[in-house]
Amino acid sequence: MTRVSAILPERGLADRLSTLFWRRPKLLLLLLISPPLIWLGVVYLGSLAALLLQSFYSIDEFSGVVKEEFTLKTYGELFRAANMDIIIRTLLMSAAVTITSAFVAFPIAYYAARYARGRWKAVFYLGIMLPLWSSYLVKVYAWKLILAKEGIITWAAEGIGAGFLLDTVLSLPWVGGNSLSTSFIGTWLVFVYVWMPFMILPMQASLERVPLSMLEASADLGASRKQTFRTVVLPLAMPGVIAGSIFTFSLTMGDYIIPQIVGTSARFIGQAVYQFQGTAGNIPLAAAFAMVPILIMLVYLALAKRGGAFDAL
Amino acid sequence: MTAAVSFHCVSRHFGSVRAVDQVNLTIEEGSFFAMLGPSGSGKTTCLRLISGFESPTSGEIKIFGQDVSHVPPNRRSVNTVFQDYALFPHMNVRDNVAYGPMVAGVGKAQRHAKAEEMLALVKLDGFGDRKPGQLSGGQRQRVALARALVNEPRVLLLDEPLGALDLKLREAMQDELKALQQRLGITFVFVTHDQGEALSMADHLAVFNEGKIAQIGTPAEIYDKPRTRFVADFVGSSNVLPPEVSERLGGGKRWSSLRPEALRLVAPEGARLAGTVTGLRYLGAGTRVAVDVGGTEIAALAPSGADIPGVGAAVGLAFDASALHLMEEA
Repeated sequence: MTRVSAILPERGLADRLSTLFWRRPKLLLLLLISPPLIWLGVVYLGSLAALLLQSFYSIDEFSGVVKEEFTLKTYGELFRAANMDIIIRTLLMSAAVTITSAFVAFPIAYYAARYARGRWKAVFYLGIMLPLWSSYLVKVYAWKLILAKEGIITWAAEGIGAGFLLDTVLSLPWVGGNSLSTSFIGTWLVFVYVWMPFMILPMQASLERVPLSMLEASADLGASRKQTFRTVVLPLAMPGVIAGSIFTFSLTMGDYIIPQIVGTSARFIGQAVYQFQGTAGNIPLAAAFAMVPILIMLVYLALAKRGGAFDAL
Repeated sequence: MTAAVSFHCVSRHFGSVRAVDQVNLTIEEGSFFAMLGPSGSGKTTCLRLISGFESPTSGEIKIFGQDVSHVPPNRRSVNTVFQDYALFPHMNVRDNVAYGPMVAGVGKAQRHAKAEEMLALVKLDGFGDRKPGQLSGGQRQRVALARALVNEPRVLLLDEPLGALDLKLREAMQDELKALQQRLGITFVFVTHDQGEALSMADHLAVFNEGKIAQIGTPAEIYDKPRTRFVADFVGSSNVLPPEVSERLGGGKRWSSLRPEALRLVAPEGARLAGTVTGLRYLGAGTRVAVDVGGTEIAALAPSGADIPGVGAAVGLAFDASALHLMEEA
């Protein structure tokens, strides 16, 4: 029998690096996380800070020049009736989109987490992800055609004799309009469609982590299905629901393309930011507008935390 | 005596797999009943048939004389201690234990008092405010037990409740469960693959094999008089001897069982069985000596302190005639 050395020979640089990282695990961690940290810290938080800074400047109304002096005047402008309208409109739309998405997504996510196996699971993921593969603009324009007065929905509604139903819906105050593609209902439908995957996936992930034995334990102790859902499934799925709602809520708050293409001429926050920083050249007001969704999200998260939404994490 | 649980010709098939096949079973009220068997033998499915998480493909299940074959789990007066405990992670220990009364609509003060009472029963007073994640495995097990007992079930089902605990804790819990059962006087049905656990805790047990019950009886009956080769081998790893050997040893021409601890190592000359040692396994309290007797391997348990022959040594084996148990079936 040949004698083998207790220590195997080193095979070049890769082995030397492995040894180094084995001796100093923190070094590897540092190397791995420093690029994302620099990205997050400098590029991302830095731009946010710049945005925050800009929002405390104001614009000279006569010359249109930005005055680099700290003032709350720009924030004060947000409270003007026209600007408050934009904020409230965006907030209501985001809430409506989020709630609708949650209700539509839950059964899909529940089915995928609890019953889909093997091939069906793959079909599920494909079905959820497929819409994300095509261009966002193409999808929104496709919806504009679908929802237009000459579009397939009007045609189908009239074909089955439900045209009056569509007309009733469109004659509703505030949300109605000339056609679906020029009403808030249309904007809402397109938002729900476009952000749906961002609600389903986190929900499905959190439902998947609820073991079957927990549902059985609940039934075993005498709970009806409804009680099990309310006291076990929903609280355990809550972190996923919140994660999904953060996506749908903040994406709706910041979007400026969908309301531009589908809906009325009334503006949303994203459009306001776009116009103030572009055509109007009012960077401070654009920045102040951009802070609104961030503040709303912070308030929302604080409320969710206080409500115990993250207890199951 | 009333039957707490009875199975009449119960089968549960999953596709072509007969998880439970034509099982007849009666569990007396107030007994500590163990279902013992290897994994996949149908014991857990039987437990799930009692709790209602499985429905029988055919046959009839009765709990205290009432047919429950088509009654959902939440309407059966049985409760389960789950193998993974299945405690609700988002509730504290008190709310976990009070879950049963909560869904039954009992007021907060009353159900919390009840939960504290149950926690005291399992010696976890003062743990009510903790989350399950902050407890050790043994403590979680106790919470699961308290939660299952809070509804005052007439039958308590335990699915491998001690499987995840370490040896010392497991032994302590075995004693405690036994004491608890005697104190409460309710029927415990207990699933395990550990024959030592089943023998030491149960007053009746059923040995499962391939979806059928191989034998039902008291621990002593099962251990001393195994009915089949499977039972003899699974419970206590007995020596299973083929009919020819049984006949040569003075029994009938049937399969027989000879417990290793009934065999003594003696000099090979003049012994009824003689052979060579093929392997030794040190068990602490004794040594298991494997002896090749004319092609059949027979194991003997030599007590500690005895002279242990080396591998390859020629030895003889002696035993009392009464130790040879002839089995009914192959």
